[in-house]
Amino acid sequence: MSDKIAIQVDDLTVAYNYKPVLWDIDLVVPEAVLMAIVGPNGAGKSTLIKSILGIIDPIAGSVSIYGKPYKKQRQLVAYVPQKGSVDWDFPTTALDVVMMGTYGSLGWIKRPGKKEKKASLEALEKVGMLSFKSRQISQLSGGQQQRVFLARALVQNASIYFMDEPFQGVDATTEIAIINILKELRKAGKTVVVVHHDLQTVPEYFDWVTFLNVKKIATGPVKDIFNDDNLTKTYGINYKVAVNK
Amino acid sequence: MSNPQIEIQLIAAVVAVACAIPGVFLVLRKMALISDAISHSILPGLVLGFFITQDLNSPLLIIFAAFTGIITVVLVEWIQKTGLVKEDTAIGLVFPALFSIGVILIAKNANDVHLDVDAVLLGELAFAPFDRLMMSGVDVGPKSLWVMGVILVITVALLLLFFKELKVSTFDVGLSSALGFSPVILHYGLMSISSITVVGAFEAVGAILVVALMIAPAATSYLLTSDLKKMLLLSVLFGVFSAISGYWLAHWLDASIAGSISTMLGLVFLIVYLFAPKKGLIAVMYRQKQQRIEVSLLTFLLHLNNHTEEEERHINHLREHINWQKIRAKSVVDLAEKNNLISIDNQLVSLTEKGSNFTNIALEYIITNKDENIEHLKDDFFLFRG
Repeated sequence: MSDKIAIQVDDLTVAYNYKPVLWDIDLVVPEAVLMAIVGPNGAGKSTLIKSILGIIDPIAGSVSIYGKPYKKQRQLVAYVPQKGSVDWDFPTTALDVVMMGTYGSLGWIKRPGKKEKKASLEALEKVGMLSFKSRQISQLSGGQQQRVFLARALVQNASIYFMDEPFQGVDATTEIAIINILKELRKAGKTVVVVHHDLQTVPEYFDWVTFLNVKKIATGPVKDIFNDDNLTKTYGINYKVAVNK
Repeated sequence: MSNPQIEIQLIAAVVAVACAIPGVFLVLRKMALISDAISHSILPGLVLGFFITQDLNSPLLIIFAAFTGIITVVLVEWIQKTGLVKEDTAIGLVFPALFSIGVILIAKNANDVHLDVDAVLLGELAFAPFDRLMMSGVDVGPKSLWVMGVILVITVALLLLFFKELKVSTFDVGLSSALGFSPVILHYGLMSISSITVVGAFEAVGAILVVALMIAPAATSYLLTSDLKKMLLLSVLFGVFSAISGYWLAHWLDASIAGSISTMLGLVFLIVYLFAPKKGLIAVMYRQKQQRIEVSLLTFLLHLNNHTEEEERHINHLREHINWQKIRAKSVVDLAEKNNLISIDNQLVSLTEKGSNFTNIALEYIITNKDENIEHLKDDFFLFRG
């Protein structure tokens, strides 16, 4: 990590149908960390990411990316949504999905050209999917689809990456391949924020963690705050006792 | 062919293309039913437009009608957002309500003008050439051809300009919004152009059949391609083909042109549904049968792999003891022989080198479920195509 602040969230409150799903969240994420957001189902993990990205409008609070509102910093941010959020029967190929990552820097109307195609092929190669570039996306396995999504984020060449449950439904090989790429990104000074479910792997994969359950429970370095106390506060059960049973 | 005949076919073809393009995106967005709703609920817009302008030919009518189309979409989404009813229910609530307002307005106030419910529902392409567009006293062609022509040019221009944006917002709303392509603007843009197309087309083909022109070509081409550009192109081709052949079917049967066009659309879909090379019903059945044979083949090869004893490899024993799952033993043995996986010597079956390699790779795939080593087998065997 460095001293720079990549993401700053102040007093963020989000509600669906007047029921708060995120309540007064303050969060500071330094540059060049690999951060997990953990919390039980319905804790608002995905909502937090979506409201930072402006996909959901908060009812209060503000978000800044390197000191400026998200709308001015779109180029710095890449987003990998949950795999289930798109229709995999959509008539398109793996390469084309990755190319979509370049649309943001192109802006309205302008079409992707050779430069964008080359970058997309490189991103596919990085995730080990180059040989599948022409395959229709419904013909890919779950792990391959997740790799394509990761390649689409890589091609954006962003400074901050948001990923919503990238390890859901992928096998161990893909999980390791993905986490290695994420660690490389951190080494290159990028900030990576991941909604994560598997508490066992948090200390191994991440160096920064945020505990969330509608309110923010804690945030900081894994080695300092990833402990029973915070886990119990977040999940409402004595986590260690529950696991040992 | 007489002049009106050519004009009717031309109008039908232009309407078909103008409908097919937004239709592709409606189908991919799983919003096919919305086109049905729009096509009905434009009626009150038309009637109100007529009351205000007192002119059935005013372009204001199209704007009014398109506006009610948008209101339909907004109302459906608004009801749906309450979370109390699902989308299909919301559609079912909104458009009959709006349509019935139109019906009542016509019955109460417009009995003496040429605006009846039949014409709105079914249209009449045969009359289209009678309604001419006059420019400073010169006859420049049928009015509906000009109206639809302009709508088509606008549609194509918007498609070319915003293809990339429409694609990304249809495939992945979250990404589209994160990249700065407002899904809301694109959604209402598509809804607006769909409404305008429906309004322009309904005069020729009616409110019900315009739905067929939007949805059927897209649904048909979806079965044939996995490329969005090709899907658009094929939809346009199917639309035009059905329009022209539908016209001649009507000519031959002396029946409604719009009805015949829709019949052709249905027939084309049926044929593709049955015979499409990958997603068609027959291809799927063939594939399932092949898969059953291949599973049997694999069971057979594994058995040979596991047993070196002669009695276990005798052809008669194999016929009796292996569960062939409704597949004839002969077709399995033939398939294995054809691929040089086995050799039969004096009624004893043994694996060839190729056969034993194949069995090992297949075994490994079954155990590890890893794709890397079987890529080259995917072309020959359905089993490995996932």
